[in-house]
Amino acid sequence: MQDMAVEGVKREAQASEKAERTRQRKAYLPDVDIIEKKDDIVILADMPGVDEKSVNVTLEKNVLSISGKVDAELPKEHKLTVQEYGVGDYERSFTLSSEIDRDRIRASVKNGVLRLVLPKASAAKPRTIEVRTEA
Amino acid sequence: MLWSDIEKLNTLFEPWREFDRLRRELSRISNGGRVDFPAVNVWTSPDNAVLTTEIPGVELKALNISVTGNVLTLRGLRGGEQLQPDEVYHRKERWQGDFAKTIELPFTVESDKVQARYAKGVLYVSLPRAEAEKPRKIEVMT
Repeated sequence: MQDMAVEGVKREAQASEKAERTRQRKAYLPDVDIIEKKDDIVILADMPGVDEKSVNVTLEKNVLSISGKVDAELPKEHKLTVQEYGVGDYERSFTLSSEIDRDRIRASVKNGVLRLVLPKASAAKPRTIEVRTEA
Repeated sequence: MLWSDIEKLNTLFEPWREFDRLRRELSRISNGGRVDFPAVNVWTSPDNAVLTTEIPGVELKALNISVTGNVLTLRGLRGGEQLQPDEVYHRKERWQGDFAKTIELPFTVESDKVQARYAKGVLYVSLPRAEAEKPRKIEVMT
């Protein structure tokens, strides 16, 4: 279903088979841009309603998980008459292929967009192995 | 009795809420599931309407809200990342570009009293109903 995403409509995240969510509410897949730069991989994720305190980023082995909690402010004494989007939390995971320098990962949130900068680990330098002749 | 049955029973007690939900779903389907950016929700009460929309990444200075009569227009720009020649997109899912969207409200708005707030990529616009349009009680003279 993920490939059938329609522009402007949020896709709901599927709970993984191993773990269930503790919060009984919808979670959506944030739309992301992933850009490979010379020294970094940059991930931009749309997470409206999330700020730096409510976002969580973890890297375990080579699986990067991002999640965000949204506490929606719903207008009191009003009735929802037009609904084009749903409000809920966000979660999404990626498998990273490049080696990442995990100590230098930087994350920031501005206007509801999470920006992750994942510096590539300095490429393993080719080593020459000296072959010695046995005397 | 299963839990799902009890849930069904609950909705029986609140048929209007269920009806509302169905109506909203239907109007969404009749649009082919396609919604112009940005998606909006509108909440209404007899004297007020609140419009919320998710526009993450839009700078406040790139956003323009105008109200005329009962029509609200949202205009703005969501810029993209400027890439250097040796940089590539692996994924590009985030919508970008200029947007303009008009929303018709159920009543004429007191345009001087419209208030808007933008936080965490979510815009909230409060639109009070025009005084002149509010139902008025008419005193009957004897």
